[in-house]
This record gives sequence, structure tokens and C-alpha cells, in this order.
Amino acid sequence: MDQGDAAACVDRALAMCLALPAKVVAIDAVTEMATVALGEVRKDVSLALVEDVQVDDFVLIHVGYALNKVSQEEAERTLQLFAEAGLTGEVQP
Amino acid sequence: MKYVDEFRQRDLAQQLAAAIRQAVNPDRRYNLMEFCGGHTHAIFRYGVQDLMPANVKFVHGPGCPVCVLPIGRIDNAIQLVEQHDVILCTYGDMLRVPASGRKSLLRVKASGADIRMVYSTQDALRIARDNPGRQVVFFAIGFETTTPPTAVAIKQAHAEGLDNFSVFCNHVLTPAAIQNILESPEVRAMGSVSIDGFFGPSHVSSIIGSRPYEFFAEEFQRPVVIAGFEPLDVMQSALMLIRQLNEGRHEVENEYTRVVTREGNLKAQSLVAEVFELRRSFEWRGLGLVPYSALQVKGSFAGLDAERRFDMPAISASDVKGCECPSILRGVKRPTDCKLFGTVCTPDNPMGSCMVSSEGACAAYWSYGRFRQPEMPDSEESAA
Repeated sequence: MDQGDAAACVDRALAMCLALPAKVVAIDAVTEMATVALGEVRKDVSLALVEDVQVDDFVLIHVGYALNKVSQEEAERTLQLFAEAGLTGEVQP
Repeated sequence: MKYVDEFRQRDLAQQLAAAIRQAVNPDRRYNLMEFCGGHTHAIFRYGVQDLMPANVKFVHGPGCPVCVLPIGRIDNAIQLVEQHDVILCTYGDMLRVPASGRKSLLRVKASGADIRMVYSTQDALRIARDNPGRQVVFFAIGFETTTPPTAVAIKQAHAEGLDNFSVFCNHVLTPAAIQNILESPEVRAMGSVSIDGFFGPSHVSSIIGSRPYEFFAEEFQRPVVIAGFEPLDVMQSALMLIRQLNEGRHEVENEYTRVVTREGNLKAQSLVAEVFELRRSFEWRGLGLVPYSALQVKGSFAGLDAERRFDMPAISASDVKGCECPSILRGVKRPTDCKLFGTVCTPDNPMGSCMVSSEGACAAYWSYGRFRQPEMPDSEESAA
């Protein structure tokens, strides 16, 4: 997949409804815009709907806006929950 | 990608599937409605249904904003370009939705109308700035996730005095629709499958929080689990719903804690409250008129409301003959129950809205080939 294809994929994902977690790589405080990285692809998004976002934070991107910060702590807790649920069930090969 | 790949791990999926098999009571049924098209998409794409025991079923709800928009509103949008010569900006999903008279925005565009696909309301504002001599209308659709970006654009246009810009508002509200599905006598008369629990939407909830579902869980005595969009999120949430049903609980639980809080995004909520107000009633495809289920631009921003700026009569248009979209949206029928499905109606040539949007149930059935498999054994009769 070349860069163009990847960008097209991301653009499609940025269309209605789908939202993706992306890493903030740069912030322009004056315009309330940020550059985010989705894998190798960079995209400019608006920060008008979020507060206290820093470079290196992960944000959920939807139709060109950051909707929310993604909590690293909670993500790990959820993954832990999956693993624990698994312990109570027997995995059938 | 971080926060994506970890939530798609195969070994964890197998462990969760085993935990679900162990948790289900074989003597009862679990009809779980995913309201949101994003969940429908994830369930089909990753084959989550195949990992469930036969008595756990996913019922697909009306949570695709493209699918629930009545044809009359698309006819209105087409009138804007044909009669008022505006530049119409819209999200790409809307372009191929069939309107009346075999038209669609894409066909009208092909015949010369100025319709532009945008990714963001910021693009629509840019087009308005670049074309001061033309009227630019943003065709706004979507649930609570897409509403705040429209609010930002309206406030920005207001502040800039961008008077050639306006918004044709079709934003709708999730809790009102879920409530309507549960209480509408019409839906019951149509033989809707009874729904035992709900997956709460991921990104809608990131804005509105988990609190709005609390009334609803209590009132209708149905458990709600706010679920993330990745396959493991859906499986974990199914397990949480199954446990609640086994224990006779009907609470709001949150699986998607990495993004959703009880309060939601307060900044986005206050922007929406500043710019929009409730409509007394709004027509949903499949649900009919639902009271207080949609938003309109507030009087203080009346100048930016396309419905006030242009003459836009209410149009009531009927669906294509034979199209089962209305019943599919209610969870009453499955795509494979529709005569048009896969015959004249395919994603390349959609007749109904559920086939257009990638989040529509029909498109999901078709794209991931699930309709080619034999139907799961039906446990409804035995459970009834």
C-alpha cells in the first residue's frame, strides 16, 4: 500500500461515523488545529471540541475533529478485563 | 496502530468467546440490539456473530444516520441545488442515497449541479470563503458525534460574518430513537423481535456520556452496555450484557472507558446547546415521526439556517417499491428477507439506504458475504 492508498483509506475512515484513535504530533494553538498521525499518515484536525490536549496524546478523530482524548490507563484496564474474562472460560482449540 | 490492533487480538477473542459460551444459560435467549452502525460493521467484518452461541443474537438497529434520513429530506437538498443554485457541501456517504424520481445527489452532480464532498465542516467553511458570490449550504446529517462539528462551523461563520454560508440541519438524537423502538405500538404490531439488551453507541456516548441511558435502562428495564467499536470491545460488552441478564439486572455499564465517561464531553455539549434546539418532531425512515428526536438551528443563529433562508417545503416521499429498509431499520426483518437484496439492490447500484452506507445492515450483509452462509438455527420459537 503506497502513501496515496493509505491516505485514501484514512480519508474514508474520516468520512461519516467511523472514528479512529490518532496521535497528536503538533499543535497550532492560534488556529486550534493539530496535526495527527494515523500510522504513517498525517492529517490536520480541529481541536475546537477538546480541552487540554498535548503533543503525544491520543485523540479520537471524527469528520476532521478530535472528539475526545483516549485514556491510556483505561485502555490498559480494559485489555486486562479481556484477559481476565478469558481465564474463566476454557479455550477450545 | 495503537488502540486498534490490541483490540483485535485473535487469542483474546477466543478466550472471550469461551467465557461467553460458559456464561450463557442455554434455556433462554439473548437478543442484543446494537443501535449503532459502527457496531453492525464490526460484527460483520470480524465475524463476531459466528463466535456466539446460537441463542445469542445481534439485532441490527437504526443507528446509521444515512439510512434513517427520510427520502424527502434528500429531495429537499436536491431542490436547493436545482432551484436555488447553491453549492451543496455534504459528507461522501450521502451522495449515492437514492432520492425520488431515480435521482441521487451523485446523479444531480453528474448533470452539472455544484455538489461537493467534504470531510469536515471546516472544508465547507473554506468553500464559502472562496466563493463569496455564491450561496453555500452544508447538508448536515448525523447523530450526536457529528453535531458538535456542525455547531463549531455555525459559530465560526457567525463570528466571521460569513453570510453566504448556511446549514441544512438533519441532526438526530440517539436516546429518543432507542426509546421509540421500545415503546412504539406500531413497532410491536409489526412483530418486532423482542430486545433483551442494548449495546450503547461508542462515539455518540463519547459526546453525551453514559448518563442519558440511565433513565432508559430503568424505565424499560433493559441493560445497556456502552461498547467500543473494535471486535473485542463488542465481545466483552456482549459478555457484560449476558451477565446482567442472567442476574436480572438492568443497569448502564461502560465497557468503552478509554473514551467514554458518565458526563461525556462537556465542551461539545455546551457548544451544541448554544447553537441548536430540539425539534418538536422529526421523521425517521423506518420509525416515522419521533417526538423530540432531532435538532434545529436556534433563533439566535437563524441567519445561518438554510431552512429559514430558502423556501423548503416539507416533502413526503415513499420508498422504492419492495424495499424493506424501514423494517430492516427497526430490526423487524433481516436484509435477506428483502426481495431486492442482492438482486437489483447491491452496493454498486443501491435501491435503499441500508445498502448505500457501509454501516447499513444490507451493505454489511453483502460486503462480508454473510448472506451466503446458512442461517443460524433459530432459537426464538423454543425460547418464546
